Amino acid sequence: MNVTDIIKPENIVYQKPRLMNDNHMHYCPGCSHGVVHKLIAEVIDELGIEEKTIGVAPVGCAVFAYNYLDIDWQEAAHGRAPAVATGIKRLNPDKVVFTYQGDGDLAAIGTAETIHACNRGENIVIIFINNAIYGMTGGQMAPTTLINMKTSTCPFGRNEQLNGYPLKISDLLAQLEGTCLVTRQSVHTAPAIKKAKKKLRLAFENSMAGKGTSIVEFVSTCASGWKMTPEASNKWMEQNMFPMYPIGDLKNV
Amino acid sequence: MNKNEGNTIMTEEVELMKGNEAIAHAAVRYGADGYFGYPITPQSEIMETLMELHPWTTTGMVVLQAESEVAAINMVYGGAGCGKRVMTSSSSPGISLKQEGISYIAAGQLPCLLVNVMRGGPGLGTIQPSQADYFQTVKGGGHGDYRLITLAPASVQEMADFVGLGFDLAFKHRTPAMILTDGVIGQMMEKVVLPPHRPRLTEEQIRKESPWASSGKPAGRKRNVITTLELDSAVMEQINIELQNKYKHIEDTEVRYEEIGCEDVDYLIVAFGSCARICQKTVELAHEQGLKIGLFRPITLWPFPSKILNRYADKVKGMISVELNAGQMVEDVKLAVNGKIPVEHFGRLGGIVPDPNEVLEALKTKLRI
Repeated sequence: MNVTDIIKPENIVYQKPRLMNDNHMHYCPGCSHGVVHKLIAEVIDELGIEEKTIGVAPVGCAVFAYNYLDIDWQEAAHGRAPAVATGIKRLNPDKVVFTYQGDGDLAAIGTAETIHACNRGENIVIIFINNAIYGMTGGQMAPTTLINMKTSTCPFGRNEQLNGYPLKISDLLAQLEGTCLVTRQSVHTAPAIKKAKKKLRLAFENSMAGKGTSIVEFVSTCASGWKMTPEASNKWMEQNMFPMYPIGDLKNV
Repeated sequence: MNKNEGNTIMTEEVELMKGNEAIAHAAVRYGADGYFGYPITPQSEIMETLMELHPWTTTGMVVLQAESEVAAINMVYGGAGCGKRVMTSSSSPGISLKQEGISYIAAGQLPCLLVNVMRGGPGLGTIQPSQADYFQTVKGGGHGDYRLITLAPASVQEMADFVGLGFDLAFKHRTPAMILTDGVIGQMMEKVVLPPHRPRLTEEQIRKESPWASSGKPAGRKRNVITTLELDSAVMEQINIELQNKYKHIEDTEVRYEEIGCEDVDYLIVAFGSCARICQKTVELAHEQGLKIGLFRPITLWPFPSKILNRYADKVKGMISVELNAGQMVEDVKLAVNGKIPVEHFGRLGGIVPDPNEVLEALKTKLRI
């Protein structure tokens, strides 16, 4: 098989998702955002819903998500994505609406909007990137920062006396009657990515079926914020994040 | 009003209701797509009336009680971002909570209708009427250089009429519009002729009217992104300049006001909303005493009728701005008059509403009549 044969369309085994455009990504090497973006693009494409999907971008590293996926977007104020998504979905019940939020956006400043959108059972998908740190503002403490984990606003490590405890918000959301799927996934290995994609697809299918709110939490790395190499970040995540935020379904009904 | 107009109104369906209720009825009749709110006195009748009307079973209008004012204004952002006709209402402390969202809505150039039924502040204040949110409304409120089209109704009829006007202006200029009223107008009952029913816009009409709307990208068009972020300052300055050009155009074209007995007068009362109603009586009392005093009522507080007030400054000896606050609109009156004549202020605070005689005495004292 020569090069001409190899590049024939019928021989393609993998390519960039059709809905991802050519803009250069601003994400750091080793960051989970890029992989999750790719999975969203693939799922929307496979479900054939690109013309009726609206994404709601957060404030945080993913504020520019709208630069990478070729669908309609609305950028929300910090923490308000579930309220914005509620407005869009209630007025356009036949459309598919998802939010994309980090831990600070979803579990600190936007806690009320998150809980109440889920409690109303809004038929939206909430994609939650939990990397235990504020990436865009330069590595400050997040609600999900682990005990003893160092950040620029807890330079001696998170202290429960001073800062309280890591917030397992997905466990909390799983208790609400309005949610139908609450799952925790990761994208640091090929098998993990395959598993995560299945759950992400289920979340979008739930939304289309009107089953309620689906939350897919991605336990993620922030190599820059954690001040580690991408490889060390993956290991550190497995050793430290997974015990606190175990991978798997918290609710799937 | 001439006799024919009177007859016309008599053949219309005249109803008796509160100003807050009139807003709710008018919104459904106008063909609004959605209302998102949170209860707060003295405006809760707006959402209560909408819920009683359950328009989702008739026009398809969505009515949703949000978990907070913050959530409500962001639901409005999402709906407006789809090109839908959406609105929210609140009262002073709740409007303070909405300011972040209002700034984003103005920056995103999203049309929507906001209603502030003002109560006395600062802080939790009182549930009694006030006009102390004038600065917040017409000078900014939220962060950044933006403006709000501000309509000040002085009757229950105008509460109903300004719903349609507010939406129309918001969509004409792609910017939020606010009805700035207070507990007097919101709670008092008056005769009102409600606007006729008109259907909500279809999806096709919305796509045509608002090609920028972000509600799903059909094949063949570029993606629509509602965003207020631009990290390149050179581009951000251009965005600001475009906004300022739009605001200048609104200032040139959308000024509204009412002149009540302003011909051949020596002094002018300037008052808006509920205060203008009180001052109408003050003007009558003044005439009985042989004083030549007129009432100038700004209907749009932004854009403010500065040019016309400046012209009045060449004709009258002095003006007094009567407000339910410590002196806010008076600053805009002074700017308009630009030192040509004395401009005074009279106000009551904390939910106290002055009576017409009190205003007349204050006017005579302050303007040394």
